[in-house]
Amino acid sequence: MISVSVQHRFAGFDLDVAFQAPPGVTVLFGPSGSGKTTLVNAVAGLLRPDAGRIAAGDWVLLDTAARRFVPPHRRRLGYVFQEGRLFPHLTVRQNLLYGRWFAPRGAEAPGLSHVVELLGLGDLLDRRPGALSGGEKQRVAIGRALLAAPKLILADEPLAALDEARKAEILPYFERLRDEVSVPILYVSHSSAEVARLATTVVALRGGRVTAVGPPGRVLGDVAAMGVRGAASVLVARVVAHHADGLSELATEGGRLWLPLVADAPGSTLRVRIAAQDVILSRARPEGLSALNILAGTITEVRPGHGPGAMVVLAVGEDRLLARITLRSAEALGLAAGQTCHAILKTVAVAPEDVGTGARMAGDAERT
Amino acid sequence: MEDWSNWLGPAEWQAVRLSLRVSLVATLASLPLGILAAYALARWTFWGKPLLNGLVHLPLILPPVVTGYLLLLTFGRRGAVGEFLEQFGIVLSFRWTGAALAAAVMAFPLMVRAIRLALEAVDPKLEAAARTLGASPAWVFATVTLPLALPGVVAGSILAFAKAMGEFGATITFVSNIPGETQTIPSAIYAFLQVPGGEAAAGRLVIVSVALAMGALLLSELLARRVARRVAGA
Repeated sequence: MISVSVQHRFAGFDLDVAFQAPPGVTVLFGPSGSGKTTLVNAVAGLLRPDAGRIAAGDWVLLDTAARRFVPPHRRRLGYVFQEGRLFPHLTVRQNLLYGRWFAPRGAEAPGLSHVVELLGLGDLLDRRPGALSGGEKQRVAIGRALLAAPKLILADEPLAALDEARKAEILPYFERLRDEVSVPILYVSHSSAEVARLATTVVALRGGRVTAVGPPGRVLGDVAAMGVRGAASVLVARVVAHHADGLSELATEGGRLWLPLVADAPGSTLRVRIAAQDVILSRARPEGLSALNILAGTITEVRPGHGPGAMVVLAVGEDRLLARITLRSAEALGLAAGQTCHAILKTVAVAPEDVGTGARMAGDAERT
Repeated sequence: MEDWSNWLGPAEWQAVRLSLRVSLVATLASLPLGILAAYALARWTFWGKPLLNGLVHLPLILPPVVTGYLLLLTFGRRGAVGEFLEQFGIVLSFRWTGAALAAAVMAFPLMVRAIRLALEAVDPKLEAAARTLGASPAWVFATVTLPLALPGVVAGSILAFAKAMGEFGATITFVSNIPGETQTIPSAIYAFLQVPGGEAAAGRLVIVSVALAMGALLLSELLARRVARRVAGA
């Protein structure tokens, strides 16, 4: 359980944020300038806010009312920075072990060999950071954070400086951390694909204020927090088979889902982010259509927007699927809550970054 | 074959040995203070920072004779500090230790400038990263800041050493020109040139001076490049 309440005033910017998050990955999500990095630096102790209280479990890092400020080096953190920040004068091995040296005796830390294996660092140990690629640097940075025996892992847009291929390389490591390491993670991101894949809890920030807190399926579908173009849903799907024509077959509660080939083995559970504006609705089950994915669901809500658009919310089993269509279409089709409806999705509209591992999070299916 | 060491006369050897000792002691003894001053100037904001900056750089601007005279007034037997130190048996005036003090003061600005530049080039973000990994400020300095600034520290030390080897004005004013005690190479050259027939000895010491200065510069280049390569981490 992380509880954060921070008030801080800069020249021209005012941060006033409070939220609580259960264990797992808490993603601070918002556009640049929304206060994400400021907030995470306050948690790290690199910034001393004007007022606030920050606690991880029963461990209070900051409480301005009680005049408590734990200096950063006593906070037991593992901070993965956007630019890696590896020590250039040390080898990869020395970088990895840097934090462990300062960790208290008997602190529960993973072994070096375990972390090296987890992150695939075996061939890099004797190199220096100057000789590493961007993706390798970030992997070492993650390992260095883990080996410090942290009570809390912080990650500030750790993928932002990487190209798409490197992002695809690093993201699975964070998924493994979420699933294999019990340490809570506070993760800063402005990518809803990362949110959909990683988050247990999403804290949406805008202009220094919290606009929504909750599981990703709910926050990503919250038009007020995400904006109409950013709204998306997260479907949980199980890999059934991989086919020779480059497609993977997945099972959802609304029917078969065909995606561009995914790496995960049949039987594994994935989270798939589906942008609301990529979904087409049809009352009858359409035929003779090039789109492969036709999911059946029940309309729970038709929410008119401020402009010509409307957001239709479908219940697909336990998941929610959002479709952004025009108000004109919604009226022409006579869409209303309680009706069954078919959602059509082009296979190629789902990018690899929209697909991640992990099961449904508690409360994911809650209705807003 | 003639013994090579006979190339320099005993008085000349004495001057060379003394110069090396004075410069080495001056450099090593002032290095911690130099790093502290450079760090304060590079990283801290405090009241009186311009004053400290001015004070550090003053010996670079003042006529060396003035610096030497001020040292004499302060650290001489009748000077405030000198009188105080004498209670503990520490005498600086007209001793080789005084020559080392004069050399250290004169070389200090060069040392601090080089170290300060190197410290300013160290990315504070790396220091912040070290803090989050559990290193206290002192450990951050020892394990991140100082190693990354090492090329500058080495360059500054060698520059200070070379400057100390050549220091003349402040030394001769403060501790005079006593053979075997305060007669460093420059003072010896000056003394040899005052007597008829001393040109040969002076010339030999000039050659030694040039060789030592060149050697110091080459060594500093070499070390700095080596450390920089290690830090850059290719």
